[in-house]
Amino acid sequence: MILAWLILILFVGGLAAWLADFVDPKLPRVVALIFLAVDGLLLLNVLGATPFTPADASGEWLAYLKADWMPRFEIYFQLGMDGLSWLMAILTVFLGIMATGAAWNEIHERAGFFYFNLLWTLAGVMGVFVALDLFLFFFFWEVMLIPMYLIIAIWGHENKNYAAMKFFIFTQVSGLLMLIGILAMAYFHYLQFGVFSFDYFALQNVQLAANTSLLVMLLFFVGFGTKLPTVPLHSWLPDAHSQAPTAGSVILAGILLKTGAYGLIRFTVPLFEDAARAFAPVAMTLAAVSILYCAKVAFAQTDLKRLIAYTSVSHMGFVTLGVFAWNEQAVQGAVMTMLAHGLSAAALFMLAGGLQHRIHTRNMEQMGGFWPRVPRMSVIALFFSIAALGMPGLGNFVGEFLALIGAFQISITLTAIAALGLILASVYSLWVLQKVFQGSYENDKVDDAALVDLSRQEMVFYFAMMAGLVWMGVYPGTFLNLSAMTLGSLF
Amino acid sequence: METAITIQDLVPLLPVLVVTGVAVLAMLLIALKRNHTLIGATTIIGLGLALITAFLVLPFAGQQVTPLLMIDNFSLFFTIVILLAAGFIAVFSFPYLYHLKDEVEEYYLLLLIATIGALIMVSSNHFLSAFLGLETLSISLYAMIAYPLHSKEAVKFPVEASLKYLVLSAVSSALILFGIALLYAQTGSLQFTELAMTGGSVADGYFITALVLLFAGVGFKLSLAPFHMWTPDVYEGAPLPATMYLATVGKAAMMVLLLRFVVASQALSFHSVVVVIGCMAVLSILAGNLLALVQENLKRILAYSSIAHMGYLLIALIALDDASTRLGVEAISFYLIAYIVMSLGAFGVATVISSSEKEFDFVADYQGLFWREPWLALLLTAMLLSLAGIPLTVGFIGKFYVVLAGVEGSLWGLLLVLVVGSGISIYYYLRIVYRMLLQPQLDQAYREAGWDSIGSYAVLALLLALLLLLGVYPGFLMSIIEVVSVSI
Repeated sequence: MILAWLILILFVGGLAAWLADFVDPKLPRVVALIFLAVDGLLLLNVLGATPFTPADASGEWLAYLKADWMPRFEIYFQLGMDGLSWLMAILTVFLGIMATGAAWNEIHERAGFFYFNLLWTLAGVMGVFVALDLFLFFFFWEVMLIPMYLIIAIWGHENKNYAAMKFFIFTQVSGLLMLIGILAMAYFHYLQFGVFSFDYFALQNVQLAANTSLLVMLLFFVGFGTKLPTVPLHSWLPDAHSQAPTAGSVILAGILLKTGAYGLIRFTVPLFEDAARAFAPVAMTLAAVSILYCAKVAFAQTDLKRLIAYTSVSHMGFVTLGVFAWNEQAVQGAVMTMLAHGLSAAALFMLAGGLQHRIHTRNMEQMGGFWPRVPRMSVIALFFSIAALGMPGLGNFVGEFLALIGAFQISITLTAIAALGLILASVYSLWVLQKVFQGSYENDKVDDAALVDLSRQEMVFYFAMMAGLVWMGVYPGTFLNLSAMTLGSLF
Repeated sequence: METAITIQDLVPLLPVLVVTGVAVLAMLLIALKRNHTLIGATTIIGLGLALITAFLVLPFAGQQVTPLLMIDNFSLFFTIVILLAAGFIAVFSFPYLYHLKDEVEEYYLLLLIATIGALIMVSSNHFLSAFLGLETLSISLYAMIAYPLHSKEAVKFPVEASLKYLVLSAVSSALILFGIALLYAQTGSLQFTELAMTGGSVADGYFITALVLLFAGVGFKLSLAPFHMWTPDVYEGAPLPATMYLATVGKAAMMVLLLRFVVASQALSFHSVVVVIGCMAVLSILAGNLLALVQENLKRILAYSSIAHMGYLLIALIALDDASTRLGVEAISFYLIAYIVMSLGAFGVATVISSSEKEFDFVADYQGLFWREPWLALLLTAMLLSLAGIPLTVGFIGKFYVVLAGVEGSLWGLLLVLVVGSGISIYYYLRIVYRMLLQPQLDQAYREAGWDSIGSYAVLALLLALLLLLGVYPGFLMSIIEVVSVSI
């Protein structure tokens, strides 16, 4: 039941935040924070459980729930949480709190409705991370779209309509293709066993011809690959990220992209292992192309948020690489990259959003020499840039390093090419720092009246994320052990 | 053949008889005293009574009443659906017509008669009753579309819309009649089940010609491309409640009839007929969605979107071809319910802010609705998202059904078209949502909600509740549909 509560609390919290707006416009953010904190505590409580194997499942689970939903098609309200789900769920709650912090002083207009959308997006994401019935999974997968669309379309920047629409159409169309894939699996189960089934464990027993398997897997891959995103399905992302409000960018980059990666690890490869192996060379090539191409494109941006968006695509390339290498090290690397990138990208978007909030532009051509003006912000930007470029001792390094080691065992050439991405990452990261924070300061380029350093309250949020990255970097065992719980049953 | 009708035969017909009785009663009341409130109330209560009798006759289901009508679970199920929809439309019509400076009472009479036609259509398994029902429905609709004829302030072009519908509907009826005649000439029967077209004594070409004529006629009525040209003009020109009736009850009754015909006569056993329907599906989905992109009028957008939705339904219909299960029937049944709920809701929002003198049907009229009328905006958003097939709404479950039926029939190409069509459709649905999110600019004076609108708002709330309930917990409706689908 606890899993249903995890989701329900966020849905209810959203409604409560909206209603709170009618009492006092300052209240919704507090309500949102409280509900997120409760959700987080509940999640920590789950970790205390002893792993067990439910009767109708396999693998080890911390919590599990199965209830009737649509008996006509054997669709169940089936949720399960293991180590991987737990890591993703805690990332969701943690970044949810960060996003609330980012919106704290930025969103004043219709705040209640904003936090409603924020919490409903998170509820959908939470559902995605714990759903084991594929229909339920798809349900949550789509539930998160509408509130996210509204966040971009209402509180976004100058070109919000275009960006929000593009985001929606890309994810919706790719989602429908995935739905066809899911229904095809259910139907194949019907053909082989006489009943429809959307059960994750039952569908693993479906035997498919190699060609069919490859086609259905491709439908799943398009769905997840668009969200991830991987070249060539990535073009929605820079628009959505740059137009979304800060909190929107934080959950987009930090969490929503991870649902795609999660889907690949949880569903695509386990359900179609042979097809995934056959497809691996293509997927890994796409990953390498994503890493290099988007790093290069990032370097060509003048819009700060757009630049960070492209680097996200580039970093997510390591995830694809790791997942399709499909050995324990590689997938561990992918999971670590997901977590670490979640924090570093969220922090960078918060910094970019913070800058935009202060000087009303994202154009880097107009920035420069901010270090003396905002020393605290600059140091923090330096920290997260270095984290993003993969400095040993921080989480991102562990993730990308493991992904590359794992991939090396599958394809030396592709790994070598992908590793070049680490060099490009250093180039663009340091270039941004030079461009924005170093150099000479000219105050006629920007309206610097509001250019003040980070407040103590903002520092708290950044410190929390820095602590997370350092933890991942120096003692990754905490996280690796948890995901090993899932991965152990996959290989 | 026994032709005498016994009392036992009449019992299953009670819902139709009640509606007929109410129509007569309404006519007499109008003759005695013209009173809008009285006639409106009589209509709504009468439809409610008919609804109750429909539940009461459920135990008598499964009877062939005369060779013309088949009262089974399936027909009673859709009898209930149509009565509910007609009742809702009557509720919406009341405030809309409240200020019309003309005689408004006969409108309800037309609505009742049209409903009789629709009820006959969902129960008939014989060409004669099918055609009679169809014409009763259509002829009443001509008048309903042209209703605000004498009102000087009446907006739009009811006469143009009505004439367009009249001419094209008559042509399509002629096509259907010709098809029926050809079939009759060969088989000597008008009974759906006795058409036995699979037997090879007659040349296939003959049947195929007849069936294609029939499907062309039906295509007009269902506004399937390439027979869809009339739809946006009629939708736009007609008064909102009539548009609503045409879009929901009119389409649903025709679809149910088609479904029964296809299942009983096995018309899909001819490959070329399947190809023709497949082409109509593809054209409808693409044309409907693409043309909706460039519209600025809400009614026209919904007209084009209905073309696309009927196209989706055809996919499920084709999936019935040599299928081992009734999944296609279930898919169409569920989708029709979903479609009725969301269309009623979407048109309903427009109706409660419009009146017969001033219709707010341009997308621009809805700018900033979110901040002016949050509840109405939320309702319209939910309906539009449902039309787009987004989860939490009934439209999503409907799409799930259609895709599942398509997968079962291995109709990969058609499913791909569905995906493309849905992708396009998101743009025009979301465009309206986005418009509602903007700051209000034109301060349009929407119709004031007086006591006459209470019913409309209650129905809207009910529709929203249905939309969400069936979207999140559709299990019970799925089970009902599974049961009733067995009977056809």
